[in-house]
Amino acid sequence: MKGFYEEGQPAVLIKNLTREFGRGLFAVDNLDLEIKKGEIFALLGPNGAGKTTSIKMLSCLLRPTAGTAEVFGRDIIKNPGEVKKIINVSPQETAVSLNLNARENLVLMGKVYGLSQKMARKQAEKHLEIMDLKTRAGEPVKRFSGGMLRRLNLAMALVSNPKVLFLDEPTIGLDAKSRRSLWKLIDSFRGEKTVLLTTHYLEEADALSDRLGIIDKGKLVALGTSEELKRKLAGLQTMKVRGDNLNPELIQILREIYPEVIPFEGGLEIKGEKIIFDEVVDLLRSKGVRINWLSMEEPSLDEIYLKITGGGKQNEIA
Amino acid sequence: MKLLSLTGRNLKEGFRDPIVVILSVAQPVFYLILFNSIARSDPAAPDIFDLAYFIPGIILFCFGLLTLFMGLLLARDRQRAFLTRLLVSPLRTIDFVLSYLLALIPMALFQVAACLITGLILGLALNWGVLFSLIVFIPLAVSCTALGIVSGSLFSENAAPAIGSLFVVVITFLGGVWMDLGILGGLFERIAYLLPFAHAVDAGRLLFQGASLGEIGIQLAWVYGYGILFVFIGVASFRWKTRP
Ligand SMILES: Nc1ncnc2c1ncn2[C@@H]1O[C@H](COP(=O)(O)OP(=O)(O)OP(=O)(O)O)[C@@H](O)[C@H]1O
Ligand SMILES: [Mg+2]
Repeated sequence: MKGFYEEGQPAVLIKNLTREFGRGLFAVDNLDLEIKKGEIFALLGPNGAGKTTSIKMLSCLLRPTAGTAEVFGRDIIKNPGEVKKIINVSPQETAVSLNLNARENLVLMGKVYGLSQKMARKQAEKHLEIMDLKTRAGEPVKRFSGGMLRRLNLAMALVSNPKVLFLDEPTIGLDAKSRRSLWKLIDSFRGEKTVLLTTHYLEEADALSDRLGIIDKGKLVALGTSEELKRKLAGLQTMKVRGDNLNPELIQILREIYPEVIPFEGGLEIKGEKIIFDEVVDLLRSKGVRINWLSMEEPSLDEIYLKITGGGKQNEIA
Repeated sequence: MKLLSLTGRNLKEGFRDPIVVILSVAQPVFYLILFNSIARSDPAAPDIFDLAYFIPGIILFCFGLLTLFMGLLLARDRQRAFLTRLLVSPLRTIDFVLSYLLALIPMALFQVAACLITGLILGLALNWGVLFSLIVFIPLAVSCTALGIVSGSLFSENAAPAIGSLFVVVITFLGGVWMDLGILGGLFERIAYLLPFAHAVDAGRLLFQGASLGEIGIQLAWVYGYGILFVFIGVASFRWKTRP
């Protein structure tokens, strides 16, 4: 670590990072970002937003056309050899050796990063276990299902025990159960490893990340914790009530408290920055309303995302 | 350590498929048997059907197949992102290129052994020249593999095998494997002798017929000179294609 990094500095420091493909196509446009040590940071964005291009630059695979970044104080342009020692990447495309079995793939990755045979074996077994691949570990991976390949793809980035992990859509193509278990795994890195992950799944970013950034057309358009973003950008909570005797007097009173009160057949929709549940229920009861059904909705990251990426949401977003 | 594990991986990835091994060994052995049977049934068959004449050519054919497989392996690794993963690691270009080259050496030795053993069974006279011929065949195998690296670096997974097949045809013609270069005529012959393949086959033929190493000095110079050049081009094209 000596000479590169001082405690308290960001683990990943991105400065005006830019990549232009051909004239005028800015895949990544002046990206500025700091990721703290031990933080899990999610980069969200629609197709073609520049997520993979950013990861490629950070992992020294692609030269920025302007700007640079530091990983634990090591410059990705001036010092790629030092950066490569402490990072690993789980690429968006599944990158495994198909004629090798899962164990061989993992041991190979360990050794490529300089682990001894014994240590590489140990790490391989550990990650086969974690990824639930142990029973199939001896089979050529070309026989694996898509989900199994994805899990192996991620495991191959973990065996070298990197300080910084770049995960490009780590859970794409996984079923709900595998996804949850990978979330648990990634969650366990918090504080230990610095993780930059990209995803299209808003709930994933919401559930996993300490902070998240939304990138659109190469530019960072929002940054903060998911709570902050919800508060700053979406704002309104929604309460829906169905019941009998929802009278105009009541609606009038509610309108004085909340900015939007919209009646519908047999019910009401109330929107406000902060809806106090008890207050509304007490009011309804005191005006003789019988409540049949009631729901509260927090502003969703979905809404925010759609709002700021201009509805460019693709089908694949869950 | 790193280099050897990657070499092992390339060997497994390239040749774990039995079909590949069968193609690269059984096919040349079949040609040996076929040509030998022609020579036996027709006593007036030209020299080219003679075992000592034919085997070095067939070994060149074998190595042409290595170019093809090497190209395919590398093009696939490039396109299917496996190489991306390795390029993120602290490996250097030279590690990559060496790991691919070294992986094909056992395969080349296996091919040479299969051809020689078949030859001996069919009646090839065993002499020191036959044993010393590795001094020509190893740099020839390295040359062909290095050209495979060039093809795998520059061409796609779909194009590399086609290029490889074309390469096999071209080098075996220019190496004088299927017919005497004299028949092909002046221009072809001149081109052929500007490249290392005909020199390598000639050196093999001379050794098999009992020539000493001293007598093939010129051919060796061509083969080794080109070997170094091809490895250099292999490294350069790999580096060019994988630069950030
Ligand atoms: N090698 C390249 N040459 C030209 N353009 C490229 C290249 N790589 C990426 N791009 C362009 O850069 C932009 C960003 O691509 P990138 O792969 O970073 O998007 P992404 O956010 O990862 O998208 P997705 O969610 O679909 O994976 C796209 O317009 C893409 O076409
Ligand atoms: Mg991407």
